[in-house]
Amino acid sequence: MTALLDVRGLVVTFPAPDAGLRRRRVHALSGVDLSVGRGRTHGLVGESGSGKSTLARCVLGLQRPDEGSVVFDGTEIVGLRGRALREVRRRIQPVFQDPLGSLDPRWTVGRSVRESLDAFGVGSALDRDRRVRELLDLVGLSPDHADRHPAALSGGQRQRVGIAAALASEPELIVADEPVSALDVSVQAQILNLVAKLQRELGVAVLFVSHDLGVVEHVSHEVSVMYLGGIVETAARAELFADPVHPYTRALLAAIPVPEPDARLVHVPLSGDIPSPINPPTGCRFHPRCPLRVDSCSRERPVLQPVTAAHHVACPVALGARPQSDPAPAQN
Amino acid sequence: MTGAVLQIEDLRVRIPVPGGRWVGAVDGVTLAVGSGEIVGLVGESGCGKSTLGGAVMGLLPGGSEVSGRVLLDEEDLRGLTDEQYRRIRGDDIALVSQDPASSLDPTFSVGAQVAEAIRNHRDVSRRAARERAVELLGIVGIPDPRARYADPPHRFSGGMKQRVVIAAALANDPAVLIADEPTTALDVTIQAQILHLLRDLTVRSGTGVLLITHDLGVVAQVCDRVAVMYAGQVVEQGTVRDLFARPLHPYTRALLDSQPAAHHRSGDLPVIPGRVPDLTEPPAGCRFASRCAHVHDRCATAPPVIGMPNGGQVACWLHQAVTEEVR
Repeated sequence: MTALLDVRGLVVTFPAPDAGLRRRRVHALSGVDLSVGRGRTHGLVGESGSGKSTLARCVLGLQRPDEGSVVFDGTEIVGLRGRALREVRRRIQPVFQDPLGSLDPRWTVGRSVRESLDAFGVGSALDRDRRVRELLDLVGLSPDHADRHPAALSGGQRQRVGIAAALASEPELIVADEPVSALDVSVQAQILNLVAKLQRELGVAVLFVSHDLGVVEHVSHEVSVMYLGGIVETAARAELFADPVHPYTRALLAAIPVPEPDARLVHVPLSGDIPSPINPPTGCRFHPRCPLRVDSCSRERPVLQPVTAAHHVACPVALGARPQSDPAPAQN
Repeated sequence: MTGAVLQIEDLRVRIPVPGGRWVGAVDGVTLAVGSGEIVGLVGESGCGKSTLGGAVMGLLPGGSEVSGRVLLDEEDLRGLTDEQYRRIRGDDIALVSQDPASSLDPTFSVGAQVAEAIRNHRDVSRRAARERAVELLGIVGIPDPRARYADPPHRFSGGMKQRVVIAAALANDPAVLIADEPTTALDVTIQAQILHLLRDLTVRSGTGVLLITHDLGVVAQVCDRVAVMYAGQVVEQGTVRDLFARPLHPYTRALLDSQPAAHHRSGDLPVIPGRVPDLTEPPAGCRFASRCAHVHDRCATAPPVIGMPNGGQVACWLHQAVTEEVR
């Protein structure tokens, strides 16, 4: 079965904010491949400058890549315009971190959700009123929330409205960029449960972007780990967390402050700073901080290679150090 | 507790809000921090944890009303004039807050700001302050500190800026450090570095740390003891080991359960129903009662603080039968 979303060789650069005449550019994405299956939740995790939000914006058609392709349900969406672009936007909907930023503060919640229905011409006018109530119910809000303004809602309720608005056009893919990062942990749990429920009941695929590995582990079927503009490892959720191969993934997992006093870190898992994407390191971008670094790492840019059929990693050194008893099938 | 560098007793803070009403942001908190000890103060938005930090630092919104005692090395900070507070802030007691960018002046070099932190409180020459600042920048892990001394803050990453803030905060060997979400704005691999640094330096200098955070993972990683706040009150406190192994208050339990990292397998996360009460009109009894799975008739009366055999304390009727009241 072909993937719902297939990203290939995506490159994005933009002018550095304070570049002036030096024409320096931010290398946001440097050749990214990613697939999301129908009805799957794909977690995309990374730290500052990893490019995860730029990748999300490319999928949403909000950022035009310099190179590469974004194929959605068999159609190239890079460069689409007009009606074709509108149709794709109906089928791929965003949920952002701060719902206040995406909801008009002057509009009632009902009107914001209704606007999504109107914009994509979903059903008749009467249908739409009914549909607004259905959508609010679907995300766990009562019908009387429809008459309230965003300012009168809690952060969790606002995010529910954001999700209802995203679902209005019956999308096949939701791109959620840090959707629970602004929420307290008890509210976060409610929203994560809601995303999981919608995913199960509606069969919508989700590209779930987050800096929080705990959250990503909880919601995802597949997980990709990004570092400085590239994907360093991608695998089924259980495999990635049980058997991380890339040294960056391993350090990232080790750095999570787990709520278990008996599992205290005895040493810092990763020293040094994240380099600037304006002047990224040559070769493997992780090599200056990498414990496994060999000479070639500063020269050769590693590509994703299979560990198992559903587990790929961009580190020949880590791959070479693994037992060779079960050679993975070559894939190109 | 004797020997505590910071002792907070029955602290209450009321903050005026529009409409002539008051928010009881902190309501009867008793808490102590020992020398070289890191005490976590954990809770969700609006629980009063940062207000408590502000009360200790003498940095509360204008018009706030404070009662109770805040003892720094057994001297009551309440009743200090603004001028007296300025003299101890940055000297006996220091603050590291969430956003290092706002703690640093963008127009001065990082080194000058650390040196100024020293000269504000110590009668030393410029040269001596400068040398000490270079040394401190090195101690907090700024590579090549002498060369970086003259660089302005914007030349540093978020993690490096927070290292500079820590250097300035610890410059005068404070008795107490208030660290208010010191790693919340940082990436997780950088957070691990900064937490290690904080722990290393304060244990070595004997500085007592009140670490304010929403993140139970951070508490488990670096704190010795922890107090859990809910709606302006400490509902439970104890050693980190005891509290995580055997949380006593239903809110603590619910908070631990709703951590995604604690549930490696899929399936719904346990949630806490309802909302935090409005602290302009807090409920008379237990403030968690309306959301509590164990709610009972007696919860209409505020629960006593109950001392446990292991030294922990919990404010919940569920444990009344087990032991006797502390007060």
